[in-house]
Amino acid sequence: MASTQEIQAGLAEILEEVAGVTPADATPEKSFTEDLDVDSLSMVEIATAVEDKFGVAIPDDQLANIKTVGDAISFIESNQ
Amino acid sequence: MSPSTTDVVVTGLGATTPLGGDVAGTWDALLAGRSGVSRITEEWAQEFPAQLVARLAADPVGQLDRVRARRLDRSQQVAVVAAEQAWAESGAAGSGVAPERIAVVIGTGIGGALTLLGQDDVLEEKGPKRVSPFTIPMLMPNGPAAAVGLAVGAKGGVHAPVSACASGAEAIRWGLDLLRLDRADVVLVGGAEACVHPLPMAGFAAMRAMSTRNDEPERASRPFDKGRDGFVLGEGAAALVLERADSAAARGARVHARLAGAGATADGYDLVAPHPEGEGAGRAITAALRDAGLSPTDIGHVNAHATSTPVGDTAEAAAIRSSLGEHVLVTATKSQTGHLLGAAGALESVFTILALREQVVPATANLDDPDDDAAVQALDIVRREPRKAQLTAAVNDSFGFGGHNIALVFTTA
Repeated sequence: MASTQEIQAGLAEILEEVAGVTPADATPEKSFTEDLDVDSLSMVEIATAVEDKFGVAIPDDQLANIKTVGDAISFIESNQ
Repeated sequence: MSPSTTDVVVTGLGATTPLGGDVAGTWDALLAGRSGVSRITEEWAQEFPAQLVARLAADPVGQLDRVRARRLDRSQQVAVVAAEQAWAESGAAGSGVAPERIAVVIGTGIGGALTLLGQDDVLEEKGPKRVSPFTIPMLMPNGPAAAVGLAVGAKGGVHAPVSACASGAEAIRWGLDLLRLDRADVVLVGGAEACVHPLPMAGFAAMRAMSTRNDEPERASRPFDKGRDGFVLGEGAAALVLERADSAAARGARVHARLAGAGATADGYDLVAPHPEGEGAGRAITAALRDAGLSPTDIGHVNAHATSTPVGDTAEAAAIRSSLGEHVLVTATKSQTGHLLGAAGALESVFTILALREQVVPATANLDDPDDDAAVQALDIVRREPRKAQLTAAVNDSFGFGGHNIALVFTTA
């Protein structure tokens, strides 16, 4: 079980690799599309990387509800 | 048909090639007689009959932002690198031209082959859920044009002609038409190709189209030479900025040359073999001259398509001789760059323009013993050293599998 901090750090690594987001910018209140300029195809890549890193699959209908970094952290926390 | 009254000029050039990461580096290497060809050292090639390739001199990933590069197929990466060079050099971005009046035409022969084949491997090994969401936008043949359109903010139409090894030249012809029809004020045109991979290599080799002179990479591409045995696959891109002469002059743009005319024909003969006398190729050259309002004696130089295949080079020599005569200075620069397929016509147009601007014709490398063919013997093919010449007009030929023939006429600025 990864802690909240570990999940945030892991997510920041994924965001840097996939979308070039500076790790310090990947804070819970940030919106993927509005603040971090992550497009819908990159969100699919992020979901795949999350599954690899945390063993948590994000179904498509759930992915659509994940708007912020905080949403992603909560989803991973409650499904790991 | 009378020649068009719209004067079109070239105000920007860009390229990334096996000879250099930009136009200046490529041109210098070309005049110095350097070869971009090497032998493939990877394991997979060891059992291949043809093991030669002309790889890029500069890695495009190093020329682009990392995150940007990972969403682009290599064919798109090279297109963006070359197009951004041409765009920056033209100064068109700062000229106040409306995005709705900027068009892009970038051709490719094969498109995103590396993505298609690489993601097929992912599918086979890991299943459909692991296939990248960027697969389709990276493999589509309009991908290079679309990536360039986004890079320069073009909203006046983005087009992608696909006519095998004539694609790059066809893009330039489309650009000329768009300006003549007043569909745009500035058009960024060119060609891109990057498909060095076992499958295209095996396919071309199965056609017996590639050189198997594996022990002498730098001597393998030898257009018009008696010992030629096929082409060498190359990768890269080239781009040109076209605009009307009056608007280029109004903004004080540097003009490299005029694009005076274009001709396009089809052989109607065979899917891959050229007409033996180059009938369709000759008609394309004649059509381009008529379009430019010029006669054969006006043309001083031809950058030939000449890929170093046994049948293609003699057919083209016949076409040049019948359409232009024997006075033109011919060169075949694929002897050093290899064959860039859908980028070839764009790169060789850049060379044709530089030959006019610098008044020098690059040499055909490896032409030690010209073919006994009557037309090859009759033509003045520049070899051993570049030749200084007084040039006012020149032709670039490009042909593609499918029987596509494009001839472009450039004149001095």
